[in-house]
Amino acid sequence: MKPFVHVRPDSAADAIDAVAADPDAVFLAGGTNLVDHLKLGVATPGTLVDLRGLTSTAVEDLPDGGLRIGAGVRNSDLAGDPRVRRDYPGLAMALLAGASGQLRNQATTGGNLLQRTRCAYFQDVTTPCNKRVPGQGCAARDGWTRYHAILGAAQDAAGLRHCVATHPSDMAVPMVAFDAVVQLAGPDGDRAVPLGEFHRLPGDDPSRDTVLRQGELVTAVDLPPLPVAARSTYRKVRDRASYAFALVSVAAAVAVEDGTITDARVAFGGVAHRPWRATRAEEVLRGAPATEDTYRAAADAELADATPLDTEVGGNAFKVPLLRGTLTTTLRRLAEERP
Amino acid sequence: MTTTDLVPARAMGTPRRRTEGPAKVTGTARYAAEYAVARPLHLHPILATVPRGRVTAIHTTAAEALDGVVAVLTTRDAEALADTADREFAVLQDDEIGFRGQYVAAVLADTSETARHGADLVRVTYDEDPFRARLDPDSGELYAPDSVNPAFATDSVIGDVSSALRDAPVTVDATYRTAMTHNNPMEPHASIVVWEPAGTGGRFTIFDSTQGVSATRRNVATVFGLDPGDVDVISPHVGGGFGSKGNMHANVVLACLAARRVPGRPVTYALTRQQMFSLVGYRTPTVQHVRLGASPDGRLTGLVHDVVEQTSRIKEFAEQTATYSRSVYAAPHRRTTHRLDPLDVPVPSWMRAPGECPGSFAAEVAMDELATACGLDPVELRIRNEPDADPESGKPFSSRHLVECLRRGVERFGWSRRDPTPRARLVDGWWTGTGVAAAAYPANRAPGSGATVRFHAPAAGGEEHWDVEIAAADIGTGARTVLGQIAADALDVDVDTVEVTVGDTAVPAATVAGGSSGTTNWGTAVVDAAQRFREKFGADPSDGDEADGTTPETDAAEHYAMSAFGAHFVEVAVHADTGEIRVPRMLGVFAAGRILNPTTARSQLLGGMTMGLSMALHEDSVMDPRSGHVVNHDLANYHIASCADVGEIDVEWIDEVDPHVNPMGSKGIGEIGIVGAAAAVANAAHHATGVRVRSVPITVDAFLG
Repeated sequence: MKPFVHVRPDSAADAIDAVAADPDAVFLAGGTNLVDHLKLGVATPGTLVDLRGLTSTAVEDLPDGGLRIGAGVRNSDLAGDPRVRRDYPGLAMALLAGASGQLRNQATTGGNLLQRTRCAYFQDVTTPCNKRVPGQGCAARDGWTRYHAILGAAQDAAGLRHCVATHPSDMAVPMVAFDAVVQLAGPDGDRAVPLGEFHRLPGDDPSRDTVLRQGELVTAVDLPPLPVAARSTYRKVRDRASYAFALVSVAAAVAVEDGTITDARVAFGGVAHRPWRATRAEEVLRGAPATEDTYRAAADAELADATPLDTEVGGNAFKVPLLRGTLTTTLRRLAEERP
Repeated sequence: MTTTDLVPARAMGTPRRRTEGPAKVTGTARYAAEYAVARPLHLHPILATVPRGRVTAIHTTAAEALDGVVAVLTTRDAEALADTADREFAVLQDDEIGFRGQYVAAVLADTSETARHGADLVRVTYDEDPFRARLDPDSGELYAPDSVNPAFATDSVIGDVSSALRDAPVTVDATYRTAMTHNNPMEPHASIVVWEPAGTGGRFTIFDSTQGVSATRRNVATVFGLDPGDVDVISPHVGGGFGSKGNMHANVVLACLAARRVPGRPVTYALTRQQMFSLVGYRTPTVQHVRLGASPDGRLTGLVHDVVEQTSRIKEFAEQTATYSRSVYAAPHRRTTHRLDPLDVPVPSWMRAPGECPGSFAAEVAMDELATACGLDPVELRIRNEPDADPESGKPFSSRHLVECLRRGVERFGWSRRDPTPRARLVDGWWTGTGVAAAAYPANRAPGSGATVRFHAPAAGGEEHWDVEIAAADIGTGARTVLGQIAADALDVDVDTVEVTVGDTAVPAATVAGGSSGTTNWGTAVVDAAQRFREKFGADPSDGDEADGTTPETDAAEHYAMSAFGAHFVEVAVHADTGEIRVPRMLGVFAAGRILNPTTARSQLLGGMTMGLSMALHEDSVMDPRSGHVVNHDLANYHIASCADVGEIDVEWIDEVDPHVNPMGSKGIGEIGIVGAAAAVANAAHHATGVRVRSVPITVDAFLG
């Protein structure tokens, strides 16, 4: 691993200045992903700007009834927050479905959003990867794609997909379903970005996971007040029952009145370069009867444009019926629950 | 005929906690890379990034210029080894690349971080040759090895199986596949090596994580042309091996080469998890074609088990996959074969129950299919095919209680309430079902172990105590504890007065912990030493008296077929919408001779079953045939069963004392737990869903319509 300088600035502003001024500098929060990358050679920063003590570790009530989650809030603390458990249970479930107890104690809210894909080829510097080295090619698209995208990895004019990686976060999936907003501080001031627009699709530049600019720091994630979220859930399907990334996951919230779905929020994990807000599925669900046919129609609407990969090493076509089944079972259970 | 005189069991058979347990849980037990040595250097290797070809250049200047880098070893400047007959040990000897991940250079530096950075700076170029890295059952290169591991006949033919199958009223004809898997012990392979030159020779001191210090001593001596006495190997605690630390691997040679470059300075080399996927062995993937012929009442008339598996081109390893089918069920006409596909891949080796583990998957799922075809209960089918004597050799079994295991399991598991109809139980969205499989694993025994027993008279006010010394390996099994129990009974003394030393070449040499033979071999030597001690010194020895023992010759194997047996019962639930698989219950009932220590035995059997569960549902080394490497080479992507994958695991055993295997009445238990476990899961999954899955791991994809 390449030697680096580790600095601990006195304030978030100093940390932002340090990273903004040096393209070779990166922020270090919980380190659960970045430290792996340092060892693997996936990341070779010259300077680590340590955020310990510089970002908020509080979950605060917002005047509008929502919550502001400090970027430094640990995943385990957020999962245990009584307001999250009561008003956004799907978020608590997603957090607890991620990683292991030890990792959740270490990982932060901001860092969770900024973790990078676990694509096996991205993490192996001996194989080509457009995300790691732009223009190098992609070993994954014809390789082992069990954990790779079936949505949003469009082909270019030449029929090539530049990147088929998925975003690995569980936490971000219900957050995107709940219209969370990311608060940023940067060298040019503060801004707020809806989480649904925070992560990018790969397009022809998969090296950029998000819309963050150099030196911009996630300071908080805001959850708007959202009554339907009180009846939300997170369903994660993985190759073993715990401590594994999602093959597919579903965050969903529905409101049902007299057998009719009056509101619905749906997002998918494990299937795209970003946590995938299933707006087409939501459109099908809203106003429709809470029936098996509706759930399937919702899944079909969202999966109409799915582009699974068929490769010699192991494709991911199974993720289409898997996601359909997962969404169906999730909606069915949610609708059957009494509020 | 021989009947071993059995040692009366007093301490043997009673539960005892691991002697070294407190040291392990308090973190004071030292593992190989943890020894405090003066001024250690750290090694980080550079691995070939092509699967076949040759090195054309190695650029080391940048690494050598790095502050803290002491040396860079390459194929261009490594010393010539004395003996490279074993190609796995021919480390840095030439520019030829036999598999991706092979060592081509190594950096020695004063910290592990600097060594790693230095390794990143070494640039290697290659001429690449065409290669093949994925098992192809239709490969034109398939060949029959001279024998299969360790020395079994490659093929076996009895009777006229073709006619038997042609004439059989009921047949099963199916192909089964098991995945490539990696042992992945928790502690990586690791060594600290010091080379002290003396005169024209010198001396190695090696702290190593190994299943056999004596074998490592022999191998290092051979490779470097030394007297075995000039190689000390120390390995008191080992964080798992599962066979991967049974045969020495290239990592020890590399660490020794590096140590000789810096005489007097310790060299530390602990493999990264990723390196373990190309350098320390693995289980071959298998393609197994099984054909069964039976009468309508389920009695086998013909049995064929044809296996295709891989070996590396540079060194042959032939897993004895079909040998399971040679000894378990009666059938007058039978055939087993093994064919190897030579590939440009890392060298396969031992992984828990080599042969029996993958072989039993195919054989025991095929039996389940036969039960369905005959409309018979799968337990009853197995009982109907119980042989009177070993089906191939005709020898009587030294003891065999497979039927008792099955019957006990039926009772304990509630099997008699089972409705045989597949896909008939949907419980809260989950298809549920149950399955059974048998298990067998040979009671191996090998010569080559010695032991010393020494008496210490009580000091004033103290107690007498006994030293028992043998270079056995305790890889987490409880060997040290069990050997103390054996010694106590053989000496007829209180077990608490016995202190056992293992894992050090300073004490009498012993066989490797492998083939479930450790306790048999080492225990026999300990009993021999104890008996000689009593013969020599009687009941009233003096302080310091000692006696040596060995493993006496025995011809029991000429007269008896000796194996442990077992039966697995498993409940499986498969989610109707997602295909997720959970295992609410596993039960293993075993007949494995006298169980010497119920506490540690339960853990070993449970561990074997858990590894079988892991094989059934998770473990899969994904070989990318374009690059020739295992792409999921870390524990995030190579899944091993977690606690949440299973509900209850029950372990039970039949009272059995075998008089022929060894003087303790025991058989090995390290491997029998994994044999058959995956088949039971697959059979239960079929009962649950009606979907017959003939390959492992069984993942959600198998059940998605």
